[in-house]
Amino acid sequence: MRILAIFRAEMLILRRNLWIVMATLIMLAFALALSFAGSAPTGTLGVDMLTVSVASMTTLSVYLAPLLALMMGFDAISGDRDRGSLALLLSYPAGRAEILSGKFLAHLTALSIAMTIGFGAAGACAAWFGGAGAESLIALARLVLTSILLGAVFLLLGYCLSALSGSTTAAAGLSAGLWLVFVVLYDLALLGAVVMDSDGIFTQQLFPWVMVANPADAFRLWNIAASESVALTSGMAGAAASLPAWAAPLSLLLWPVLGFALARTAFQRLEP
Amino acid sequence: MTKTAASPVLEIKGLDKFRGKTQVLHGIDLCVNAGERLALLGHNGAGKSTLIKAVLGLIQAEGGSIQICGARPGSAAARSDTAFLPEAVSFHPALTGQEQLTMFDRLMGAGGDVNALLQRVGLGDAMQRRIDTYSKGMRQRLGLAQVLLGRPKLALLDEPTSGLDPISRQDLYAIIDELAAKGTAVLIASHALTEVEARTDRIAILRQGVKVADDTLDNLSRRAGLPVRLRLQTTGPDADQVARKTGGRRINGASVEIICTPQDKMAELRRIASMGDTVVDIDMQPPRLEDLYRYYSTQEEQS
Repeated sequence: MRILAIFRAEMLILRRNLWIVMATLIMLAFALALSFAGSAPTGTLGVDMLTVSVASMTTLSVYLAPLLALMMGFDAISGDRDRGSLALLLSYPAGRAEILSGKFLAHLTALSIAMTIGFGAAGACAAWFGGAGAESLIALARLVLTSILLGAVFLLLGYCLSALSGSTTAAAGLSAGLWLVFVVLYDLALLGAVVMDSDGIFTQQLFPWVMVANPADAFRLWNIAASESVALTSGMAGAAASLPAWAAPLSLLLWPVLGFALARTAFQRLEP
Repeated sequence: MTKTAASPVLEIKGLDKFRGKTQVLHGIDLCVNAGERLALLGHNGAGKSTLIKAVLGLIQAEGGSIQICGARPGSAAARSDTAFLPEAVSFHPALTGQEQLTMFDRLMGAGGDVNALLQRVGLGDAMQRRIDTYSKGMRQRLGLAQVLLGRPKLALLDEPTSGLDPISRQDLYAIIDELAAKGTAVLIASHALTEVEARTDRIAILRQGVKVADDTLDNLSRRAGLPVRLRLQTTGPDADQVARKTGGRRINGASVEIICTPQDKMAELRRIASMGDTVVDIDMQPPRLEDLYRYYSTQEEQS
């Protein structure tokens, strides 16, 4: 199985480069810090501490999951190319889609480990100190799974940039730009548009759809719309309510498919 | 040029390749048969690596055709029949030699004995070490080990001896001979004629993307009739006299250089031998790659 051969080698590399350990530690540190810092409003809102913790961690994950994924993915192809090992790899019977899949599965596994341990530990702490219910536990599970999905999207977009850019340095720069656009600038631009439009057609009809088209926002909306109490604590109930329930999950599930297609096309065109 | 009855493993016909508006390969025809060792010679930028990449299917040629055992370059069948050793081969620094070769073995679906192969290329003691601790020569050996995976029908070796010490070079050519003896068609790209002249069956020369020669070295040299250089070491005081007698040229204190045609070589040697003790030593320099190039490229221009 060729995908498996690539997967196993990539896992070895991730372990040896301490990527899995580093990613897990980063997730753990931020998740724990946010859980405890964000535990203050519990009493006023009348929800358990895990719910508040999940809401804080959702905000965290919007920034951190794409960042970690891009950091893992940006040199996936350009690194091999810069090193000069890509031509040799491509002379083997594995197709480019198989190489991409093997790398993707390995990186996704590393991200999943980091997300599960980071959010899981923070969630466990919050539940231990401030209580948890069935709903907040489901919200936590949803957070972990959607964070992995969000990571998958940015891993694949990272591969795409990695294949398109001439060097690893360029790929790093493009990845930083991509992160900034999707995670920060996109929302700012939308906000600006809403202010300019002052409750016109755009704000009422188009805005929620444009918003959900961004995977980072889709991630946020999915977590918020699905859990009433999380929406309560994050104050985003308005935007979530005006969209059908399937919109955010559909966006977040479609993006990895689109990302893989883009990455594969970019990789296919590459001459090592 | 004589062709063997065996059907060629690699068959290139009229290959054209452009980089932008510049044509980097001009109608290249080339065949390598099973068990044959072909040296593809040319200076840097002559088109050797481009030709190899086209055979691997890594780049698309604009004209002509390439077949590897009847298969299209880059197709699954062609890739499993072909082994490749890139110039200045490199691997992921975080993997060990054993892990890297195991990955390649799995990709090939070869199920070979990876450890035995690493022993064979002299990496037995280093196989558990990370590749970033390897010397250039060791990486080259690892590269050679992956060529041996899964008994390839065609082996493409791009400057295989770069970075190797003389002993390692001999080991490498021994392994190449072994490959060819088992029926692999071997194409060795190099820019050094002296390296490959004794170890290959046929030589093709590329010059600025044009194939200017394709024959055995003997035939190429004979047809070119390039002069042989004889360098005599004299006792010192007699250098001038020796130079006068042989019609040679004094090049430093005690040395004399004679340039003669291959046909006159033996007669010249006999004459020198008859001079007795005044000649202490003699060195013979056959024509170099540069000389062959110059000859065949000017031939091309004349015709």
